[in-house]
Amino acid sequence: MSDHISSSSWTVSTRTRGSAFSMLAILALVALAFTAPLFVSRSVVQDLFFILTMLVLAQCWNLLAGYAGLVSVGQQAFVGFGAYAMFAGVSLLGMDPMAAILLGGLAALALSVPTAFFVFRLQGAYFAIGTWVIAEIVRLSLAQWKALGGGTGTSLPSGATRDMIGVRLVADLLGVRGPQATDIVCYWLALLLAVVTIGSIYKLLRSKQGLGLAAVRDNREAARSVGVDPTWTKSFVYLVAALATGLAGALIYVQKARISPDAAFSVPDWTAYVIFIVVIGGIGTIEGPIIGVIVFYILQNLLADYGSWYLLILGLIGILVMLFAPRGLWGLFTDRTGIQLFPVRRILAGQPKPKDIRGSD
Amino acid sequence: MNWIDTIIQGILLGGLYALFAAGLALVFGIMRLVNLAHGDLIVLAAFLILLLVSALGLNPFIATAAALPVMFVLGWAMQFLVLNRTLGNDILPPLLVTFGLSVVIQNGLLEGFSADSRRISAGALETASLQIGPISIGTMPLLTFLSAVGVIVALNLIFYRTSLGRAFRATSDDSATAGLMGIRAERIFATATGLAMMVVTIAALYLGTRANFDPTMGPARLIYAFEAVIIGGLGSFWGTLAGGIIIGVAQTVGATINPEWQILAGHIAFLLVLLVRPRGLFPRAVD
Repeated sequence: MSDHISSSSWTVSTRTRGSAFSMLAILALVALAFTAPLFVSRSVVQDLFFILTMLVLAQCWNLLAGYAGLVSVGQQAFVGFGAYAMFAGVSLLGMDPMAAILLGGLAALALSVPTAFFVFRLQGAYFAIGTWVIAEIVRLSLAQWKALGGGTGTSLPSGATRDMIGVRLVADLLGVRGPQATDIVCYWLALLLAVVTIGSIYKLLRSKQGLGLAAVRDNREAARSVGVDPTWTKSFVYLVAALATGLAGALIYVQKARISPDAAFSVPDWTAYVIFIVVIGGIGTIEGPIIGVIVFYILQNLLADYGSWYLLILGLIGILVMLFAPRGLWGLFTDRTGIQLFPVRRILAGQPKPKDIRGSD
Repeated sequence: MNWIDTIIQGILLGGLYALFAAGLALVFGIMRLVNLAHGDLIVLAAFLILLLVSALGLNPFIATAAALPVMFVLGWAMQFLVLNRTLGNDILPPLLVTFGLSVVIQNGLLEGFSADSRRISAGALETASLQIGPISIGTMPLLTFLSAVGVIVALNLIFYRTSLGRAFRATSDDSATAGLMGIRAERIFATATGLAMMVVTIAALYLGTRANFDPTMGPARLIYAFEAVIIGGLGSFWGTLAGGIIIGVAQTVGATINPEWQILAGHIAFLLVLLVRPRGLFPRAVD
């Protein structure tokens, strides 16, 4: 929570007046979300699952672009690769889907090492398209994998998700049918993944490494001069984001139970939506993607019947926000109110000044 | 003879990719802006030409000539009104705004023209070919390649022989000092993007006459263009032609081995160049 500079009474803290309260509110919200399947319908559980998985993808992209300055347009590589590794685990190796999700995450992590080797040779905007090229290569390569359906794709073996660890238990405890129990287990996994992802990012940002990350983003040369190694920090963030993105991709496709290269590596689904969620919500904050995913979900429901108008309008909103409110909706809100749910700014606090500035913002 | 034929087809295809890439290289060279909507703008121009051909019954080449000023104005306005606002030290705004533009153009075209595949008919030229010894070369691919060479010669002439080119280079090197000399950077940038859109229109003519196109194929064209620029080395127009040829040859050779490997072979050639020469074959700019 706070780094002690020395044995003196000065401390550096990221706590603000409201942060303890907001932590309690967030814990209550997570507890409520955990119990949601007990009193909402199956379609609501599926919608919440969708929101949570998009939130994980958005937090990962935000960590890359908003904090590490790595604008990737190729995160669909890790969604698709994680999903395909999960399919391979279940269909070819006969693994339990739950274990195969972990396999998916690890596979995405493994893929990110050679990917980083190539794309880190490219700077700025070229990094963005470089990641896209890698995603295309992975998509085209997996389309050659005939055992998993080649270019047309395949489905999970029937019953695989019904036999997943915990599904029978949930079905018996809650008195629901198999497919619904699968949805509930997937939802809880998504909730767990979202909480762990957000928690880890928050912890990272408040750590020394997080401070280094912000320093590298804001001024690479100055950060280097005080001993922050930008390459190492950026690589670390890139690998962590790949792991979480791969886990999310594998989880999404356990629930979908059907995969094809075009869907699993879709740029609109796994990158365009994610970018607009982060940009509209507020890039470079943890709260931004949370606000963004809610706005995204509402817009999607309002415009569900209008086909490509939906993406067109989302694109226009994204452009307008980037041009006129580059810190997004959360940025507008926090500028006016000063409220931060996940404060990461370091504030010097303590004695000997009589005025306690710990509580100030 | 089969292999020589394959490689010649690849070189000619490389001309098309160089046309895709030249506009991207021009804009990047002057204002360090990577337009993620570049591929979608090529497809947009192809639909504009198609509209002129089908609505007015124009010959495709005349339709392209008519589309050139339209696309110049479009590019000028896009740069002046939107993209100039995004330029600065932060790389996020230009990337995200052009990514947004890409999505908007793609879905606008889907709404306007549906997802059907279209083609611009070039009449008898489509099937015409030149017989050189045992090798037959299609007239349209040859025209594509010659147009690419022509565009690159013209761009080099503009860059190094005209006052506009001097203003381009001065703004690229140091826009503040160029501003003191009376050069208005925002107008220079708008002109450069307008010029890039004219190159895009020429590329669109050959994209549309060579094969079917639909609203969703823009991003793949952006990737080919980008690969050609990186292979060639930033800042060199002739380099983009070399890059285009490498991608083109890799694709046709890959397709000869297995039709499913065509696109993959081009991407892998790009990765290999990136591995051996991270700054491309003919780097000029330091970025």
